[in-house]
Amino acid sequence: MIRRISEFFIGLIFGFGLLVSGMTDPGKVIGFLDVAGSWDPSLAFVMGGAVLLSFFAFRISRNWAASLMGRVIMLSDLKMIDLKLILGSALFGIGWGFSGFCPGPAIVSLATGEIKTFIFVIAMIAGMGLEKTYQRFHQA
Amino acid sequence: MTINWAQFSPLPAFYGGLLIGLAAAAFILLHGRIMGVSSILGGLIGSAKGDRGWRLSFLAGLIATPLLAKLIGFLPSVRIEQSTLGLVFAGLLVGFGTSLGNGCTSGHGVCGIARLSPRSIIATLTFISFGMLTVWLMQRFQAGAL
Repeated sequence: MIRRISEFFIGLIFGFGLLVSGMTDPGKVIGFLDVAGSWDPSLAFVMGGAVLLSFFAFRISRNWAASLMGRVIMLSDLKMIDLKLILGSALFGIGWGFSGFCPGPAIVSLATGEIKTFIFVIAMIAGMGLEKTYQRFHQA
Repeated sequence: MTINWAQFSPLPAFYGGLLIGLAAAAFILLHGRIMGVSSILGGLIGSAKGDRGWRLSFLAGLIATPLLAKLIGFLPSVRIEQSTLGLVFAGLLVGFGTSLGNGCTSGHGVCGIARLSPRSIIATLTFISFGMLTVWLMQRFQAGAL
């Protein structure tokens, strides 16, 4: 139970970070991506602040046998830079630029009362489902 | 290129970034997990029963954020200019792409870069470049809405 409460609060802190930073405003995101036009570089500072703090956390936990709450540390051990990574990231980038939404901010925006965020999130989950189905048939 | 000084807000962006970094740090230190939203959400599809609780509590925190923000009188702007059809198209691409590339802005862009993972650095450069290219094309062809 304490784990579930902790995860919930971490979600809240992350959500507030996204709200405060401006990441949940598609207009702001598109302003950041509009380098050739009237560029708003603000969101580069989001990544700066976020990486700065988490960098030390990943450093510290590197040689730990388990997390502070006694859980297995699950880090991705994928190393390869392949077509899946590039193609997937490119498709994501196109959708991100087209809408101004990436997954985290889209979920946080759900409860702002803007119906369009629901449409985006449902389509996003459908896209994830399509990809997983595609992978399953591909491997079979 | 011209800088849009009227919209430029480096301080809130940085403070928000620190909160995001704090959450990512707490997630790995306390729970041993990467705070990547697309993987946490996508992992719910076809997941084993015991693997759902942590994903759902984290996502519940995200969903609850604006409700709590409203209570303390904090209402940030959400400007969505894309059409409904455009959002369906974009959502499908974001979902399919983040699933295929194993991550989004939080997983690759924050956690992966903080871990100095070459895979995540390449992924982040790729989605930012394609995002910029897409916005450039949209502005150029005035095709902002489908």
